[in-house]
Amino acid sequence: MTQIKVDGELIEVPDYYTLMQAAEAAGKQIPRFCFHERLSVAGNCRMCLVEVKGGPPKPQASCAMGVKDLRPGPNGEPAEIFTNTPMVKKAREGVLEFLLINHPLDCPICDQGGECDLQDQAMAFGLDSSRFTENKRIVEDKYLGPLIKTIMTRCIHCTRCVRFTTEIAGINELGLLGRGEDAQITPYIERALSSELVGNIVDLCPVGALTSRPYAFTARPWELTKTETIDVMDALGSAIRVDSRGCEVMRILPRINEDINEEWISDKTRYVWDGLKRQRLDRPYVRKGKKLVEANWDEALNLVARKIKKAGNRVGAIAGDLAGVEEMYALKKLINSVGSNNIDCRPPMSALEANMDRGVYIFNPTIAGIEESDCILIIGANPRFEASLLNVRIRKTWRAKDLPIGLVGQRVDLTYDYTHLGEDIDSVKALATGSHKFNKILKKAKKPIVIVGEGAISLAKNSKKTGRDILSMSLMIANNAGALREDWNGFGLLHNAAARVGGLDIGFVPDNGGASSLEQLELAKKGELDIIFLLGADEYDLQSLDKTFVVYIGSHGDVGAHHADVILPAAAYTEKSAIYVNSEGRVQMTKRAVFPPGEAKEDWAIIRALSARIDKILPFDNLAQLREKLYAEFPHLQNINQIKAGNISAMKKLAKIPAKTSNVLLRSPIKEYYLTNAIARASKIMAECVKARREREGANR
Amino acid sequence: MLKDEDRIFTNLYGQNDWRLKGALKRGQWSGTKKLIEKGRDWLVEEVKSSGLRGRGGAGFPTGLKWSFMPKVSDGRPHYLLVNADESEPGTCKDREILRHDPHLLIEGALLASRAMDAHLAFIYVRGEFMRERERLEAAVEEAYEAKLIGKNNKHGWDFDIIVHHGAGAYICGEETAMMESIEGKKGQPRLKPPFPAGIGIYGNPTTVNNVESIAAVPEILRRGGSWFASLGRENNSGTKLFCVSGHVNYPATFEEEMGVPFKEMIEKHCGGIRGGWDNLLAVIPGGSSVPCVRGEVIIDALMDFDGLQEVGSSLGTAAVIVMDKSTDIIKAIWRLSAFYKHESCGQCTPCREGTGWMMRVMARMVEGRAQKREIDMLFEVSKQIEGHTICALGDAAAWPIQGLIKNFRSVIEERIEQYSHKSDNDGVIEPPIAAQ
Repeated sequence: MTQIKVDGELIEVPDYYTLMQAAEAAGKQIPRFCFHERLSVAGNCRMCLVEVKGGPPKPQASCAMGVKDLRPGPNGEPAEIFTNTPMVKKAREGVLEFLLINHPLDCPICDQGGECDLQDQAMAFGLDSSRFTENKRIVEDKYLGPLIKTIMTRCIHCTRCVRFTTEIAGINELGLLGRGEDAQITPYIERALSSELVGNIVDLCPVGALTSRPYAFTARPWELTKTETIDVMDALGSAIRVDSRGCEVMRILPRINEDINEEWISDKTRYVWDGLKRQRLDRPYVRKGKKLVEANWDEALNLVARKIKKAGNRVGAIAGDLAGVEEMYALKKLINSVGSNNIDCRPPMSALEANMDRGVYIFNPTIAGIEESDCILIIGANPRFEASLLNVRIRKTWRAKDLPIGLVGQRVDLTYDYTHLGEDIDSVKALATGSHKFNKILKKAKKPIVIVGEGAISLAKNSKKTGRDILSMSLMIANNAGALREDWNGFGLLHNAAARVGGLDIGFVPDNGGASSLEQLELAKKGELDIIFLLGADEYDLQSLDKTFVVYIGSHGDVGAHHADVILPAAAYTEKSAIYVNSEGRVQMTKRAVFPPGEAKEDWAIIRALSARIDKILPFDNLAQLREKLYAEFPHLQNINQIKAGNISAMKKLAKIPAKTSNVLLRSPIKEYYLTNAIARASKIMAECVKARREREGANR
Repeated sequence: MLKDEDRIFTNLYGQNDWRLKGALKRGQWSGTKKLIEKGRDWLVEEVKSSGLRGRGGAGFPTGLKWSFMPKVSDGRPHYLLVNADESEPGTCKDREILRHDPHLLIEGALLASRAMDAHLAFIYVRGEFMRERERLEAAVEEAYEAKLIGKNNKHGWDFDIIVHHGAGAYICGEETAMMESIEGKKGQPRLKPPFPAGIGIYGNPTTVNNVESIAAVPEILRRGGSWFASLGRENNSGTKLFCVSGHVNYPATFEEEMGVPFKEMIEKHCGGIRGGWDNLLAVIPGGSSVPCVRGEVIIDALMDFDGLQEVGSSLGTAAVIVMDKSTDIIKAIWRLSAFYKHESCGQCTPCREGTGWMMRVMARMVEGRAQKREIDMLFEVSKQIEGHTICALGDAAAWPIQGLIKNFRSVIEERIEQYSHKSDNDGVIEPPIAAQ
């Protein structure tokens, strides 16, 4: 700690603080453009200048100068800085004047209007008129892909975007070219940026140079209703803010959540919103002949009820990737009430079983915990596309310290260096038996992390045993590396779907002789299952389900709806309050930003209504009552934002090395990052991203 | 007046052999081993006592700069970086050393490296200096062959030299931009602090010195700091290379004692002002980035750091640009503004935006197409740039204009009046005849 005087006020701050931090600690606001907490310091905008007493007779950039760089006064008095002297005021006015001389001042037609740093600071610190009478500079716009709209004349060269793409996103595609006033922010090769995080540069841009292309000219920030909720595009549950106008979601922005996404979100999370307006199921449909025809709720529910009554316990249910805990809970109760245990929320061939300890299927080290780790082993996952922000955290840690990373699986660009340890199950076995070279590195690590991809333990083409072998061997590797300790649980299963951990938590898995998702579909194909519920389940092979009656409860007309006999329209994640448990096992809740379209209802209410028609009324009439029952059964779900830890000894019991393994290649289940769920597949923007990616890859070839 | 035996640069004009043989004949590389054996502290103290101030423009005491290097290495290697990116308009002194006396520089680099516990020196040569680089490289090669430098050399101090060739950007002469350039990045100045002596090339402690400073070191050490200090005035000691260009009868680069009066220097070395002393309009005494001084003021000024500060300018690189009364002084300064606008790196706001603005206003003032109040505005804009930037290029761009306005305001006002007199009653100005 060290003492410093800010505007005459004596405060004590840690000596690693910058002058800006010290000033903020003293409650003084320092304007800035180029400085950003999570990026390296550039010090080039010169907006944050402060006066240093006894220093050189010129103002100093407070973002770059440390408190320890200041010299104390002649008699050892604490160093002193000023943030409100005439020198500082003049410096700020000067910088703002310079920034504005070549800025187009087209605020009325600029999408950044209302949330523009330059606008705000020009109002707060600038002059009211300009002395510049020359012609203004214009800069050609650049193509950065389908997500980013550029109006480069507005650029103030803060280089936040350059620093973000090179430091956080890990791509070297954007830079400051040219010199002096001809300097331009530009992609080195003009084509779509190859990162899945580029949307963040829109937020970072302090002016309107980089704006959201799909959102262009659609709304003004002050007319939007802001709803703070969470994302379900991957299993991390990033904190987001949904901006809506009337019944429409206009855009999605990140919120700060240091535990998960810091303040970034992936492009899928950010730009999936147009998928919420397309392919929507806004009224019930009933199949008549070969065609699905519009129906009303009564008709549809009565039809389903009749079928259930007839089916007895030959009923099954599969929950999809976006299902909330409440609806899975309600559906489970409904299926159980007719005497069936055919429920499943897992991908086919998943090695995860009912009654497995939570530690086996959650990401125990936590995302923030990655920063403590000193060695990471990734087995059968591509974190960059399965959990982009987790990958960001790994990259951040890798940049900050010497972090050995090993990968078993497909050799892909993860934006950081790693040792490729093999692609097949034999490499996993070698690691488990300790005969691999990487074992030495793992052994040395104090806080190793073993990340296992969900794809690796549910290899769809292989038998269930393969997945189970990989799971038990991975636990073995973690155990041998000392990652299964009471003070450090380094075993992390990385899920791909937001619904998964919640489903596993409430036991939406076949028990007591119930059929798994794959078994249900096989039974259905053989005609041994009379009715099957698909709760937004689109990621399964749903071909040739003619012999069974398919009920689809979901929000989008995707694969599942095409094979349905009855469609019961439900709400998407922005339209309901639902609990989701993320890959870490963290319980989170969405909030309703807009109402479901048309006649669509919230999922749990549909199931509750159905239960009434088959005379097995579920014991809740509203969401609060449902949650009461849910919390009574699974108390940990009421602790929002908390993680119930896994049981180490239960995890250790599962660690073993099978004698024989069938040899398979480990592959990530994500074939196309931008199209992993029904909402994304309905999105035109996501389709454009796919197209841009293919064009880029075609150009590379 | 500098005596012949007090000259450091004895082959300034290339009249003798520049190679090792010639250098040995001129007494270079003699007793170097003994100097090195005297150790780090002695070397630093001797240079400190000589009063040698950096010859690159800022005039920071060289010995003091060396003493900023960490006394005990924390495991990181120390580096010496020799700034041979001589691009300041008007300056042509380092070039003569590089091509005519390269061994002086190599020997100096070795001694300086010993004084800061460095085993590696980088010499960053300006992009346009092709032949100079070739000579320097050849000289370095000779030194390696003769075991004067390199591993296990005759002097008992392992020492390597890397000659790095720039690509011709003025800003790379700024010490931290130079480091970026050496590291293979875009030449943009870094923020200070941290200073290079703490974190320099590749994050290691580095000292940056001008070619002339380093090349003067061997002679200073051989003859003793007191010899050097006895030349010139206190605080402005030693000899200096002056490069006089412009409207003198014989433009020249020459070595002269610090503190020589301007008139005496011009008379002796350059044959006087073109058209006589009455014809002298203005002088830029220290390279393009210092303010110009009116002729009648500078005639009796002493050519050293303090002497020129007294007349409102500075010694800079001692590149004296003389302008007689045939000069359009506004246009001359506009040309410098255009240079700084072109060479601004574009990193920080005041310099990026301000240099272009100033150049455009200057361009109008050359014609007289401006308002008189814009003179004050221009001055204020230059003040808004000065001292608000990351590096000194902003200051360098501002000073010539400030010098112009301070010294020649009347000329600008006159030009503006002339221009408006050409207009008719409606304020329309006839285009030049050529355009009609």
